[in-house]
Amino acid sequence: MSPATQKESVRAADIAREAGKRLRAAQSLNATLDWSQELLDAEATRVDGMKRRTLLNGMPLALKDNIVTVEQPTTCASRILEGYRSPYNATVVDRLRAAGAVIAVKANMDEFAMGSSTEHSAYGRVKHPLDPERVPGGSSGGSAALVAAGIVPAALGSETGGSVRQPASFCGVVGIKPSYGRVSRYGLVAFGSSLDCISVFGRTVQDAGLVLSAMSGHDPLDATTLDRPPLPPPKVAADLRGLTVGVPVEYFPPDLHPGVAGGVRRTIERVQELGAEVREVSLPHSMYAVPTYYIIAPAEAAANLARYDGVRYGQRRIGPEGDIRSLYRATRGQGFGPEVQRRILVGTYVLSAGYYDAYYRKAQQVRALIADDFQRAFASGVDLLLTPTTPTPAFKAGEKTEDPVAMYLADIFVCPINLAGLPALSLPVGRSEGLPVGAQLIAPAFEEDRLLAAAAAVERAVDPAAEVR
Amino acid sequence: MWETVIGLEVHVQLRTRTKMFCADRTTFGDPPNTNVCPVCLGLPGALPVPNAEAIRLATRAALALGCTVHETSVFARKNYFYPDLPKGYQISQFDKPLATGGEVSFESADRGRVRVGVTRLHVEEDAGKLLHDRLPGKTAVDLNRAGIPLAEIVSEPDLRSPAEARAYLVTLRQILIYAGVSECSMEQGSLRVDANISIRKPGETRLGTKTEVKNMNSFANVERALEAEHARQVELLESGQRVEQVTLLFNAGTGRVKPTRSKEESHDYRYFPDPDLPPLVLSANWIAEQRATLPELPEAKRSRLESAYALPQYDARVITSEVGLADYFETVVKAGADPKAAANWIMGEVMTSYNESGQFPVSAERLAQLIQLVAAATVSHQAAKRVYTEMAGSDQDPGAAAERLGLIQVSDEGALARWVDEVLAAHPGEVDRFRSGETKLLGFFVGQVMKRSKGKADPKAVQPLLQSRLRIAAGTEA
Repeated sequence: MSPATQKESVRAADIAREAGKRLRAAQSLNATLDWSQELLDAEATRVDGMKRRTLLNGMPLALKDNIVTVEQPTTCASRILEGYRSPYNATVVDRLRAAGAVIAVKANMDEFAMGSSTEHSAYGRVKHPLDPERVPGGSSGGSAALVAAGIVPAALGSETGGSVRQPASFCGVVGIKPSYGRVSRYGLVAFGSSLDCISVFGRTVQDAGLVLSAMSGHDPLDATTLDRPPLPPPKVAADLRGLTVGVPVEYFPPDLHPGVAGGVRRTIERVQELGAEVREVSLPHSMYAVPTYYIIAPAEAAANLARYDGVRYGQRRIGPEGDIRSLYRATRGQGFGPEVQRRILVGTYVLSAGYYDAYYRKAQQVRALIADDFQRAFASGVDLLLTPTTPTPAFKAGEKTEDPVAMYLADIFVCPINLAGLPALSLPVGRSEGLPVGAQLIAPAFEEDRLLAAAAAVERAVDPAAEVR
Repeated sequence: MWETVIGLEVHVQLRTRTKMFCADRTTFGDPPNTNVCPVCLGLPGALPVPNAEAIRLATRAALALGCTVHETSVFARKNYFYPDLPKGYQISQFDKPLATGGEVSFESADRGRVRVGVTRLHVEEDAGKLLHDRLPGKTAVDLNRAGIPLAEIVSEPDLRSPAEARAYLVTLRQILIYAGVSECSMEQGSLRVDANISIRKPGETRLGTKTEVKNMNSFANVERALEAEHARQVELLESGQRVEQVTLLFNAGTGRVKPTRSKEESHDYRYFPDPDLPPLVLSANWIAEQRATLPELPEAKRSRLESAYALPQYDARVITSEVGLADYFETVVKAGADPKAAANWIMGEVMTSYNESGQFPVSAERLAQLIQLVAAATVSHQAAKRVYTEMAGSDQDPGAAAERLGLIQVSDEGALARWVDEVLAAHPGEVDRFRSGETKLLGFFVGQVMKRSKGKADPKAVQPLLQSRLRIAAGTEA
């Protein structure tokens, strides 16, 4: 099913039928919110009718349900958008369809991408493909599970604070977050607009990289995309000779899970064997990333989610008083789940008169310091940074739902990168008691090509199925 | 005695073809919700992209008002819930506006030349409109206006009377129309005014508690509303009460202001930079180019017309009140008309029809020809008005029109002498009174001759002829 290995003679129609079969078999994961064999077939027919052989050539792609599509509902896994149908396609959807992708599967997620376990979906939690008692990570848990379970070769997720790399690490797949501004956000339902990035899951660096290159590039409909030459299809570096890989000391705390520590340590050894120089670096402000993130992202979210008021679209509930205030209260009070409400309240609070300077402005200053750390590390001659992706392997469902802060800390190594706007990826580097462990590679802004080439070399050198300790 | 302190916030619609952040049209009066798209409807996933033409027009407006245009300004989200606001926030500018520090000056009846500071000019998008009369018992929302580009122009509290507020608005509107940035039509909602007013004892340096007055649909009503609010505040303070900081709506029917129904929750708009829009960066060169290509503004045009055409100050002010009139005037003069005569025509017939229809019924070239006919005494001034009416709406040659109407002035002595003799013969009593010294009757005789000639007689030639006949007649009798 992977286009990188696919034979010329394979037809999209056959791939679509196989994908449908696998989707039916995997219903218990609860990883999808909408799909149909009819749409899979129609999409495959469209692709088979295309004149030229395309980059993705019939690849079935699952989309996180916060990427709008004309053919299917887009709910963000929220009651408030139940049944909502977008009149337009996201820019990435148009680009991927033009590149030959078959788009007919919408994936489950944490409501409005707020969560780290995909337990905050209004439509039920997603199960980890290797252990139904565990979470796949989040918020793009549905997309991650679909790729990990071998149902689709690649899927789109979105990141605001690590929502693709963290579930990629939990599920043992590749997750790539591009530089902010590399991929159009037009049609991605906004959460934290200064952080949001459409990102990719793949079984391999190559597959995920192909999808990324097909959808990247300037979009006149998104003023925050950069006018850069399109990202070329990924290359594989033969070795890492001449590269300097930095290992930030702050990303290896004493309480790091031993399996994760072991996996990353082994990866560092492979990187050295591939010829790279490995050097310790310091990113002292990264430790403030989670609190900084939980000011900036909710502030932007509170404004971004104000549009769900029941006036123009989505679910409307009339309140007891029958006036407009009461309509707002009822629609939003019943339409949003508890985690979304918590973040709207936090966001509203930190922007309020008298608190703005203490919270939002301060957070923006810390954000700049976090980004400066990376800048300095790269300026000191480091080409890439290598860290663990998550502090632990996948945790059990229900383990952190009562403790939001513990849940937030699952993103401690991934969310600094969103605040800095850098490209990064997670790739599987081993198993700890059967659960996948991921390592994270981080590159300077807009150096995805170097990141992907190096990651592909590391991917070949490590055995993701090997138990680590 | 109380001193009045007024500051105005004026919103003008920038004259663009499309909206501030999307490609929908800005046409006025289209059926509800026809000029809408995912962006201005606030649909999930839609993003704003700034309209370069709106930025250009706002920049020119700011420069025309003498503001400093900043090379970097920032769009911010102004958060509040209202059904006409699709995103739950308005994209505006807050602590880094496009421009600051301008000035508008005008003649005040009380204080002579007054200079009013322009605090800031920023760019923002308009909200939609609630319609309460379309669906029985329900409120409808029309989002055609949502996303229309606006410039908000905030004045310093430098105005000292409702009349000054009005004069400021007239001047501001004139400048913006000259600069070509806005239609400035209050009827079509392309110019809206909110006024802040407070009163204090003369000599007091601190400002009194201000109120905000809204819902005024003409400059005259701005003045009326501020008069009413001023009176209300004076009454409150003089009866020992306090002025509350409220928003009031003006009712043009009753001429009164009324506090808005909903208790003014002190709005916290929670402004923050809009992460969807990078800071707006304009180069110094581009700003300079905009400044260099501004058209001549009313103040400059007025003084140029005064000096270049030797026009009285009054004439120059009237003619420059509308850039269209001023342009017309200059074309008439360039086509060969005497400037003062042209000014008189424009302040009379021309302005009447221009104010009614916004059009010139007679082309500048034709009017110049007509003025030249009067100067050459081919038609009388009186007759020229009839010729003008005849020419209106067509492109007739004034000479031909005068001829057809039989209004070519007669200065041929034989024909004039016949009318003079007939008049003298018809008014023997007046002739006697003239001869007994009542010489002011000369005007009466001239008038009679004009009447008898149906306006064709050249009064300048009639007068000496009359004088010599009356004197001759007097001589023969004596």
